[in-house]
Amino acid sequence: MFRLNSIPAVALVGVFLACIIAVLTFQRPPVDVVSTGAPGVGMQTLFNPANVNKALGINQPPAILPSVDAGPPAGTVYKNVQVLQNVSTGAFGRLMVSMTQWVAPQQGCGYCHVSGNFASDTKYTKVVARRMLQMTIAVNTTYTDHVGSVGVTCYTCHRGNNNPSNIWFTGVTPGSGPAMAEVNMGKNLPAAGINGSSLPSDPFTPFLLNNDNIRVSGSTALPSGNKASIKNTEWTYALMMSYSQALGVSCEYCHNSRAFNEWSESTPQRVTAFYAEAMLRDLNNNYMVPLTPLFPAALKGPSGDVAKINCATCHQGVYKPLFGAKMASHFPPLEGVGTVAAAAPPAASTMAPGMTMAPAAAPMGNGNP
Amino acid sequence: MAEYQNIFTRVQVRGPAHHGVPVPHGPWEREGKPFFSYLLGQIGNAQVGPVYLGSLGLASLLTGFIAFEIIGLNMWASVGWNPILFVRDLPWLALEPPSPAYGLRILPPLAQGGWWLMAGFFLTTSLILWFLRVYRRATQLGLGTHTAWAFASAIWLYLCLGFFRPILMGAWGEAPPFGIFPHLDWTVAFSLRCGNLYYDPFHMLSIVFLYGSVLLFAMHAATILAVSRFGGDKEVEQSVDRGTASERAALFWRWTMGFNATMESIHRWAWWFAVLTPLTGGIGILLTGTVVDDWFLWAVKHGVAPHYPAIYGAIADPALAKGGK
Repeated sequence: MFRLNSIPAVALVGVFLACIIAVLTFQRPPVDVVSTGAPGVGMQTLFNPANVNKALGINQPPAILPSVDAGPPAGTVYKNVQVLQNVSTGAFGRLMVSMTQWVAPQQGCGYCHVSGNFASDTKYTKVVARRMLQMTIAVNTTYTDHVGSVGVTCYTCHRGNNNPSNIWFTGVTPGSGPAMAEVNMGKNLPAAGINGSSLPSDPFTPFLLNNDNIRVSGSTALPSGNKASIKNTEWTYALMMSYSQALGVSCEYCHNSRAFNEWSESTPQRVTAFYAEAMLRDLNNNYMVPLTPLFPAALKGPSGDVAKINCATCHQGVYKPLFGAKMASHFPPLEGVGTVAAAAPPAASTMAPGMTMAPAAAPMGNGNP
Repeated sequence: MAEYQNIFTRVQVRGPAHHGVPVPHGPWEREGKPFFSYLLGQIGNAQVGPVYLGSLGLASLLTGFIAFEIIGLNMWASVGWNPILFVRDLPWLALEPPSPAYGLRILPPLAQGGWWLMAGFFLTTSLILWFLRVYRRATQLGLGTHTAWAFASAIWLYLCLGFFRPILMGAWGEAPPFGIFPHLDWTVAFSLRCGNLYYDPFHMLSIVFLYGSVLLFAMHAATILAVSRFGGDKEVEQSVDRGTASERAALFWRWTMGFNATMESIHRWAWWFAVLTPLTGGIGILLTGTVVDDWFLWAVKHGVAPHYPAIYGAIADPALAKGGK
């Protein structure tokens, strides 16, 4: 019927090959549809069971040590206990062992402590760990509008690694580039944290470190002074795509996609996400950035900035970290019980000789044109 | 006897190569020795060439090439002149318009959007020269200029997006970038910024004409192929001298839906639907951000979009309660 040199034959072979290539990029069906809105309005979040099972496999809480709460306050027994002073020695020891399992299971106590002198602050890791302890307590006590009763522990981010695997650094400063050609616009390259899109690759610096305006929509039908540009919108759009990727959900988890801006059309999850934005700015500016001089260069970003936190750091592809396992409630000190309230940044006195605290680097250009 | 029973043309008429009527005047002649291609004959006329380039055609190709080079070389520079990355990441790469901070400056620094303006100038020049070429070729053959005006409608939408609306908004930064994925992201961002373009009535009209064009195209092509065994492909003669093919086609549609187009009117329907698609779309673009800031709120105000039932309870902006943003 067809000759080999006929257009139909060539076209059919071409279409067949194109289909094969396209199908190889697809997710394997089925896709589960979870409807969250009124009937018939398409408020649906899509889940692929294969991906959910994979996420369930790698997002399980570890075994939790039996509860101990006995002995005198740790501050009266051990030297240089600055945060967990009024925690019983039993609970203190249990938390230290747990922290080792969560953060340094291979290295053990020696990852932070000097052998023979556990009170010493010589190792930078101990100074960082103390600050991270304060950060965890701050999250569990002052940001319950985001973390609810689930809370966080070291394991929420670390998952048995010395350094959490989902962190971000400030990207290439927009405006830099070769002499004559177009400068770097902070976008138009595959962006791993933005679902592989060509959107701005670092919306975190302007919105989760600096306090640039995320909102771009107007509040009136007719123009009334909203000056946000389409370029501004692309940065907000990139931030929202990073949320979607970090939580493993589509837009409809929080938004009604016919009116993204409208709070009255949104789900309660959007309010929870809103509170995370102020929390992340606080954690990055008041906990991570001041630690910048402590970290070795190998753990810093291309511009010498410290590793920072975004949604993916805790969520790791799941709508609730560890699928909502309430780990923190097993560790009352992490919820502030028996700890010293004042959460001060590490003062010079807490640092070992030879450590210097440089002023925090000036915030990088946020690249938001 | 040859039949039209295949999705591809099965009849190939081969005679002596036709050079066309003489070019009326001017220094240009048609270029190239005509030849026949069997494969091309399956989708169109088997004769290829000669081509008339002319001064307008040459100028259009030249300016188009300049725009193509400005865009391509800037894209290549953005991956450090790495040829492998250039090919792998090509769909992601783009040439961006200047930052809105530059407003409508005619020549911002080349590296800050100046290249974009220059590429836009040469691309626009190329398109307009091509429009003039299509217009002139049609008049010199004694044809109507329908094709040129249909092309002009597409140029209108292109200029609304990249030229007229940015001028009305006061910044070249409002225009789309040159790039495959980036211009699609820009399209979404445009709709996000302006509260959902689907509630823009001229965008609605544009969709009606776009889908309508597809429907008309399918109906017309199917009708003609179905009656071609009776000579229905001789549409032009049958506009004035209806034969059995034309009568059967008309009868078919009258039986199906009570009304039928004619051999002439179906082409007017198709031309207007195609031309109105970018024409109404361009109007919708020009209204967005200039006289309407948020199309969803506009639609609520005018009773187009009802609110959904509030099944989550009352969700309010937490920034209003806490003073954040």
